[in-house]
Amino acid sequence: MNTSTGYAPRNYKIVKHKDKTLLEVAMGPHHPSTHGVFRMDVKLDGETIIDLIPYFGYLHRNHEKLAEDMTYFSTMPYTDRLDYLCSMTNNWAYALTVEKLANISVPERAEYIRVIIGELTRLVNHMLLVGFYINDLGAIGTPLLYALREREKILDLFEWASGARMMCNYLRFGGIREDVSDEWLASCNKLVDAFPYFLDEYDQLLTGNEIVISRSQGVGVLSKELAINAGITGPMLRASGVNYDLRKTDSYSIYDRFNFRVPLGQFGDCYDRFMLRLLEMRESITILKQALRDIPKGEIQSKVPPVLKPKPGEAYGRIESPKGELGFYLVSDGSVNPYRYRVRPPSLINLTLLRDLCIGHKLADTIIIFGSIDIVLGEVDR
Amino acid sequence: MKPFDIQPLTQRFPFVHADAFGNALIVPAKNLVSIVEWIQASRLYLCDTLSNVTGVDFLPKVIEEEGKDSEGNSVKIKKNIPGYIEVVYHFYSIELKRGPLTIKVRSNGRDNVRLPSLMPHYRSAEFQEREIFDLYGVYFEGHYDLRRLLMWESFEDFPMRKDYVPPNDNEYEPIASRHSGGDA
Repeated sequence: MNTSTGYAPRNYKIVKHKDKTLLEVAMGPHHPSTHGVFRMDVKLDGETIIDLIPYFGYLHRNHEKLAEDMTYFSTMPYTDRLDYLCSMTNNWAYALTVEKLANISVPERAEYIRVIIGELTRLVNHMLLVGFYINDLGAIGTPLLYALREREKILDLFEWASGARMMCNYLRFGGIREDVSDEWLASCNKLVDAFPYFLDEYDQLLTGNEIVISRSQGVGVLSKELAINAGITGPMLRASGVNYDLRKTDSYSIYDRFNFRVPLGQFGDCYDRFMLRLLEMRESITILKQALRDIPKGEIQSKVPPVLKPKPGEAYGRIESPKGELGFYLVSDGSVNPYRYRVRPPSLINLTLLRDLCIGHKLADTIIIFGSIDIVLGEVDR
Repeated sequence: MKPFDIQPLTQRFPFVHADAFGNALIVPAKNLVSIVEWIQASRLYLCDTLSNVTGVDFLPKVIEEEGKDSEGNSVKIKKNIPGYIEVVYHFYSIELKRGPLTIKVRSNGRDNVRLPSLMPHYRSAEFQEREIFDLYGVYFEGHYDLRRLLMWESFEDFPMRKDYVPPNDNEYEPIASRHSGGDA
């Protein structure tokens, strides 16, 4: 049972030596392994970390305030810029919340296309994570470029469907912007069929690798109870062994129609987090296969008034984005602008425990612990 | 995921009532911690995770109500409603796979807002409460490390408040600005 003292921030006992002084290192904001502009001030005793203070806000542009001054629809392209690697799922979470707020239904075909692009986005994100993680471990180049090569093929599909590779702006309230053609679905099928071979290749290359194992096993161990208490979500929570996938438990959209498994980790260390992403990609492939098999013909957009004015009320919608639980909280006062627009960023909240995970480890381990959390600074700072 | 049945909670804490939209509970600030401790431990709720914490700013407003003056004529009476800042919590139970339980706490006025912190109970409140402090100016009492999260330390205002006006620190323009309040 949770107690009020059990989850307090961890403090490391500083052993003071006569001839030893503490060294303070500012990692970032331009350190290459912080994946953006992020700074952590690290206090070192020798090479062991005894304190770590993260600093945010270098990319802060008050996204929430901007959205409160615009109509509901004008915010849609802005959501692309939150987690700029997974623009489709950001669109989806926002569209889902507005649909909840204004009671808009979504046609069948649009739901299938949303699932297909959502899972493709998950593949993109996990591939980048795995590639950069290995990059952080010191294998500069090769494994990352293998991952980027496969990502490129998916981005081509995104470009074909939406016109943009990263800032897709593809979803609309009550549907999607543009229907996909049969040729698109055929190429997607081809990609999905070929993808497991890439994963096999990657597995062979990396998962049994001695350096990967010795560097990441037992590093940054996160316990189940602390992960739940700290609001950690997504692959990081599941790597600690908690069976909590919103696609299963909350079953938004049409995820209850698909048959897939939720991979779980056992130890909650960096290696589990890395492996979990590889396993999740395989499950995404099974979802994609089922969705591509079952996709019906029909409408892609339900009737939505051109200027949306939801009734006064509030809605909290959330989806399982590749990084965790991406939530939007909207309060409407009946006007064309949202009265309150809030993003619940999984990246920021997963960083809560960075300090606790790093204390006691070596400085070089910070980088892989940080890499295994999987953040994008556009979403952390908003 | 099924939403929680709020009946047991309102029975145990009779001063808790639903808000205008009917799906959230409004809790007095002084009882927040005891209610949270209860929903964390009670077998009915077992809220083990605090998913989302956010603030909403409500400006003071004047509404007109139908009323009667001393002679019995019906007139419109102006009524002042003070502004307040509302902090909204979304609790979920991973154990029971239920949720959300939405709890709202309203402050007294908008100046020097002080509310109890939930960080001793939920670590997920750490950064989110810091963000609310940063953008809305709510001082969370009992927070371990209440600093600004996104804005810089020397920044003084609270930018998410509805009456915030960004400073006019544009560069000097040689011709008069077309905008009111602009530079020369």
